[in-house]
Amino acid sequence: MSRAFIPKVVTANALIEGDVVYLTADDRWSRDLAEAELINDPAHADLRLLEAERRGGEIVGAYLADMAPGANGPEPRHFREDFRRTGPSNYFHGKQEECA
Amino acid sequence: MYQYNDFDRAFLASRNDQFRDQVQRRIDGSLTEDEFRPLRLMNGLYLQLHAYMLRVAIPYGTLNSAKMRQLGMIAERWDRGYGHFTTRQNIQYNWPKLSEVPDILDALAEVGMHAIQTSGNTIRNVTADHFAGAAADEIADPRPVAELIRQWSTDHPEFQFLPRKFKIGVTGSPNDRAVVKSHDIGLRMIRNDAGEPGFEVLVGGGLGRTPMIAKVVRAFLPRADLLPYLEAIVGVYNLLGRRDNKYKARVKITVHENGIDKIRAMVEEEFLKRKPLFSGVDQEVLGDIEAQFAPPAFKSAPIDAFDAAYAADPVFRDWCDTNLAEHKAPGYAIASISLKKHGATPGDASAEQMRVMADLAEQFGHDELRISHEQNVVLPHIHKSDLPAVHAALKSADLATANIGLISDIIACPGMDYCSLATARAIPVAQEIAERFKALKLEHDIGPLKLKISGCINACGHHHVGHIGILGLDRAGVENYQITLGGNHTEDAVIGERMGPGFAYDEVTDAIERIIRTYLAERSSPAETFLDTYRRIGTAPFKAALYDKETVDA
Repeated sequence: MSRAFIPKVVTANALIEGDVVYLTADDRWSRDLAEAELINDPAHADLRLLEAERRGGEIVGAYLADMAPGANGPEPRHFREDFRRTGPSNYFHGKQEECA
Repeated sequence: MYQYNDFDRAFLASRNDQFRDQVQRRIDGSLTEDEFRPLRLMNGLYLQLHAYMLRVAIPYGTLNSAKMRQLGMIAERWDRGYGHFTTRQNIQYNWPKLSEVPDILDALAEVGMHAIQTSGNTIRNVTADHFAGAAADEIADPRPVAELIRQWSTDHPEFQFLPRKFKIGVTGSPNDRAVVKSHDIGLRMIRNDAGEPGFEVLVGGGLGRTPMIAKVVRAFLPRADLLPYLEAIVGVYNLLGRRDNKYKARVKITVHENGIDKIRAMVEEEFLKRKPLFSGVDQEVLGDIEAQFAPPAFKSAPIDAFDAAYAADPVFRDWCDTNLAEHKAPGYAIASISLKKHGATPGDASAEQMRVMADLAEQFGHDELRISHEQNVVLPHIHKSDLPAVHAALKSADLATANIGLISDIIACPGMDYCSLATARAIPVAQEIAERFKALKLEHDIGPLKLKISGCINACGHHHVGHIGILGLDRAGVENYQITLGGNHTEDAVIGERMGPGFAYDEVTDAIERIIRTYLAERSSPAETFLDTYRRIGTAPFKAALYDKETVDA
C-alpha cells in the first residue's frame, strides 16, 4: 500500500493584491487559512486543484500545500506555509494588517 | 547626472503604454498568467510570497533629489510607506497592487526612471562604485560608461533572451567597492603604460550556488572599444551558454566549462567582426553623457564650524569617524547614511526618510545621492562646514546610526519574509545580531567587519564574500544556517570557507558571538582586523569556538 495521504489545501495568490488565499469548500477564495477546505483524498485534491486553476481571473499560481488537521482548521506542516499564512515577521504588513 | 532626452522619454512612454495595456488584458481575462508572466517580468514585476514586488532600477546607484522624492511619494501613495534598497543598487516595493503598477511606472517615468530589465534573462541594471565621482582614490568616474552601457543594453534586440540573467559592474577606482569580480562582466577602469584610459575586462564572476571569482579576459581594452567588446562577450555567451540546465546557464559556468583561453579566443574573433559595425556614434554619445557628469562646482569655505562640532559633540564625532569617507575635493567629505539602525530591516527607508535625504542632497549635497550595494544611502558631496547641519537633520529622521562598515552594517536579502525563492529568513537574523552587538557595546572595538546574510543559495545577500557569511537553508523542514568565514568582496575577492554543520535559527547569534570573541582573544592588536586575524590564524580556533563543547561552556 502507498504511503498515507498528507491532507492538503488549495492555495494561491490573489490576482490584484497578490495576497495569499485559500480555496474553501464552498468555492470562495479566503484569506484565512482556518476557512480553507482540508482535503483528505488524493483524487479530490487533484480535482480541486484543476478547478482552482480554471479561475485564473481571480488568482495566480494555485498549488496544493501540505497541512495537518488542527482545532481551528488546517495547520501548516512547513514553516514556509506558516509565513504565507501570516505575512512578513519584520513588519505587521500585508493581509495581517488588513484583517486586524 | 544624465538627463533623459526626447528619445528616452518617448521610448519609456510607449513601453509604459504597452505594459498598461498588457496589465488590463490580464485583468480582463484576455491574457492567461502563463502569457502575462514573461511580460510582467520584463517590466520588473514579480509575484512574491505575500504580494507583488516591483523592482525599480537605480542605474549605477545614482539619484538626484527629484528622483528620491518621487521614490518616497510612490512608497506612500501606492505601497506601505517604505521601500527596500537592494544589493544591486535597486529599490523594491513589496506591496504594489497589479492594477496600480502602470500608474507607478508612469510616476517613475516623470523623473526618468523605470523597471525595465530588472528581471528576466537580460542585461540587468548596471552597477558601479557608490563613491563614483567623489572618491579620493578614483582614477575616473565610472558613471558615464555605466550610462552608455545602460543605453546600449536597454531593449538591445540581440540580448533579450539570453541563457540566463547578465550583470555588469564598473569601478573607476583601484579599491573596488563595486564587487566587480562577482559580476558576469566586471570592468575596472585603468590606464596602460602609455597613460591611455581603458579597462581591465573580467568575465565569469558570480555568487549563487556555484560561486566564482571573475577571470581576466582582456588585460587592457582601449576605451573606444568597450561596446563592441561587450557585444562580443555577450554574443559569444548567447550562443555558447547552456540552455539545457538553468543551474549551469550563467556565463561563469560557460567560462568554467570551456576555459578562459577558449572564451578569450572566441571573444577576440567575434570582436574583430563586430568592431567595424560601430561607426563611432557610441563615442559621440559617450561624449554627450560625460558632459552631463561634469563634477559639481565645489565650494571653498572655512571648516571651523565642523572642527568645533567635532571637538564638542561626541555623538557627531562618532558618526563622522564611522560614516565619512575621503573626498577628492578639499574641504569635502562623502557621507554614508546607514539604513541599518540596530534592530531595523537592513536597506529599508520610509517615505519620510527618503524625503529628508532628498532635501539634504538638494540643500547641502549638490543634488546627488547614491545607493550602495551594501544597502545604504550616500551623500557623495558634502562640504565639511555643512556636516553638523546634515547630521542634525539625519538624527531627527532616525538616520544617524554610526555603524558604517561595522558588524551591524549587515547586508541581508529579504529572505523568507518576502521572497518566494527563499529557504529561510534573513532579516530577523540580521536584526538580532545587530541588537546583540549593540547591547554588548563591542562593535566599535571589533572594527571593520562585513557580515552578509542570504536566505537561500542564490546569494542575493552576498554571503560568500562576507568576512562572516551566513546562508539560510531548509534542512528537513527546519531553518538552518551555515557560516562561512574569510570571504572578501574587494579587488582581492575571495569566497569564504564553510566552517561546518549549520546552526538552528535560535543558535545563530550565539555562534556569531563566539566567532567574534575568538577574534578579540586572538588578534595581535586592536589594529589587526577580523579578516587579517582570520588569514593569520586560519580556521581552527574559529571551528573550535563554534563546535567544541568545552569552549562553548567555558
